[in-house]
Amino acid sequence: MREPMVDIRQLWTIFPSPEGQRVIHKNLDLTIEAGEILSLVGGSGTGKTVLLRQILGLEKAARGEIRVLGSPVAALAQKGAAAHIGMLFQQGALFSAFTALENIAFPLRELKVFPPSLIQEAAMIKLRMVGLDADAADKMPSQLSGGMVKRVALARALIMDPPLLLLDEPTAGLDPESADGLCALLRAMHRDMGLTVVLVTHDLDTIFALSTRIAVLADRQVIVKGSAQEVLAFEHPFIHDFFLGERGRRAVAALRQHPRPPNTLRHRQT
Amino acid sequence: MLWEALCVGYCDKKWRLLNVSCRKTPARIDAECCGLLLLAGLKVFRGFRLRSSDQTFENHPMSASKAISPTSAEPVATVDAMSPRIERCETPAGVTQQLRGRWAAADLAVPDVWAALVQQMQLLQSGREASQFRWDLRQVVRLDHVGAQVLWTHWGRRWPADVQADDSQRRIFDSIARYGVLLPVRTESDWRARFEQVGGWLLRGAEHAIGLTRLLGQLLLDLLRLIRRPQDGPWRDVSGHLFHIGATALPITALVGFLIGVVLAYLISRQLLQFGADAFVVNILGLSLIRELGPLLAAILIAGRSGSSITAQIGVMRVTEELDAMRVLGIARGFRLVLPRALALALVMPLISIWTTAWSLLGGMLTADLSMNVSLVFFANALPDAVEASNLGLATAKSAVFGLLIALIACHYGLRVKPSTESLGQGTTASVVTSITVVILVDALFAVLFRNVGI
Repeated sequence: MREPMVDIRQLWTIFPSPEGQRVIHKNLDLTIEAGEILSLVGGSGTGKTVLLRQILGLEKAARGEIRVLGSPVAALAQKGAAAHIGMLFQQGALFSAFTALENIAFPLRELKVFPPSLIQEAAMIKLRMVGLDADAADKMPSQLSGGMVKRVALARALIMDPPLLLLDEPTAGLDPESADGLCALLRAMHRDMGLTVVLVTHDLDTIFALSTRIAVLADRQVIVKGSAQEVLAFEHPFIHDFFLGERGRRAVAALRQHPRPPNTLRHRQT
Repeated sequence: MLWEALCVGYCDKKWRLLNVSCRKTPARIDAECCGLLLLAGLKVFRGFRLRSSDQTFENHPMSASKAISPTSAEPVATVDAMSPRIERCETPAGVTQQLRGRWAAADLAVPDVWAALVQQMQLLQSGREASQFRWDLRQVVRLDHVGAQVLWTHWGRRWPADVQADDSQRRIFDSIARYGVLLPVRTESDWRARFEQVGGWLLRGAEHAIGLTRLLGQLLLDLLRLIRRPQDGPWRDVSGHLFHIGATALPITALVGFLIGVVLAYLISRQLLQFGADAFVVNILGLSLIRELGPLLAAILIAGRSGSSITAQIGVMRVTEELDAMRVLGIARGFRLVLPRALALALVMPLISIWTTAWSLLGGMLTADLSMNVSLVFFANALPDAVEASNLGLATAKSAVFGLLIALIACHYGLRVKPSTESLGQGTTASVVTSITVVILVDALFAVLFRNVGI
């Protein structure tokens, strides 16, 4: 059996609060297999973004173990980390002192091995791959629109073709057209590059359009993880409210009319 | 000897701790190791200085050469089975260049591997056109866009005549062929550009002058508004700024003032003792500290401390769009942001100035007492005769002007910040440099204008 992409065991997250301690995750288990597009779903305050940050090693869990690509997260944040894991932050987190192209090229340039021409060409390919024009290369982040910032940030996350991509609210703040464009782009990249994608989002359309698996966070644990149908069939008040409210019913109806084609991806060993 | 034993023992214990913890989590502990090693190294160095030469520090586990090696235990780059490389194979169809290993960015980025590969490719290229070889990519374990880019550039940006690759590899090359563009070469700057740059500087200077004038005018209008309806004023903001700019600056200004007083009095006493003119220390110290150094020191410290923080505060408000939100909500930023700060600084600056002067005088008095027996009582009695009271008034008025200028300059640069981190840093630096320069210039102006007052 292949090693899972992300393996979370018995995770505890505790935040200090005025009343003492607030337990966010309690004995949380989650396994993300290679090639999945997993949506993390949960009410606000259930620690979705915290979990994402813990997978990245940006925050430390109180107890428990997180292994990414078979090694503990502490080993991740080293030179060349961009080759293992890519992250799309909610606001893009582009370096405002660099142009779009320099932002994308930054992880490659930091390796200090490749010649500048190669780096520029590789960055330019990623820039155009995420659907931007070559004109955008010289723009500063403050001159880019919200959708363009997300695309540049995605290109930067993908510059070294990491096998694992994390997305925090990828479509938040985008107009429907840009959001659809971004979803199509992510699906195409998932198909072509054999990516494993973990996303946190509240957008039901994005959840159903993208994910092959959905994990629901509630009661400080992952209560269910499976395909959209499996999750919808699970009995829990949160799932009922979230997926079967007015907005949820609309999205689910759309899903029934146009079911997602089965995932025919052939995973490459990374 | 005792000190030495303690030092070595301490280092040894620390070192054992480090050895254990280093193996646990490398990234974070590495930094801690380095910090502790530096401290331990300092201790050893002090040990060396303190003691004779017969002790064997070199054999101690803390000695320099052994100390460094475990922390720098990065894996040495070696060419292993997974390293990307090109192998020449003789096949029935002819000579084939067979690619092996992982052709991914992280694997290519090992300096030795990359250097070897570049050399190999140059050799291949010098022989024949790269596209004339047969290429076999089927043994490659992993190919990513950067690896493919390396090959594509080597092939002269087209498919060689004979390539054996699987579909996913071909897809990567196809996307590179589709999306790759040759970047235009940037032109170097010429004389014309430099000439225009000078013009740009002049224009920017004029822009700053206009901006400051406008800010000053707006401040006057806001002051009128405040006088007309004082009950609507932003008094809560003013009191907050009074505390942050004034009260929290008291310790640092007292310390700096005291030390300057001590140093100045000591230097002066050495000179005056040569002439036996001890008593004149009161005149020199009193006049220079009360009239010039006290207000100037306080202003420079406050410009560095509070000027920068005002610029950063307002600058971050620009970055987070808070300024825009204020405008949309119909809140005048001059009235709510600039006025309270300017008012608070203009009020607090004279007080800080007097406080700094008092501490520097105290330092001067104590030093005069110790170094040339000018008693505290004599100093205090002689001071009113040596320094006219008008000097105090001048210093206070000057300080209020300094405070106002610092606030205006800090707000001006804060409001000019563009929504980027770089602009924020530049704005803060420019604010501090400008306000200190302006404070010194205006001080010189005061010295010329009031040359007949109090001397």
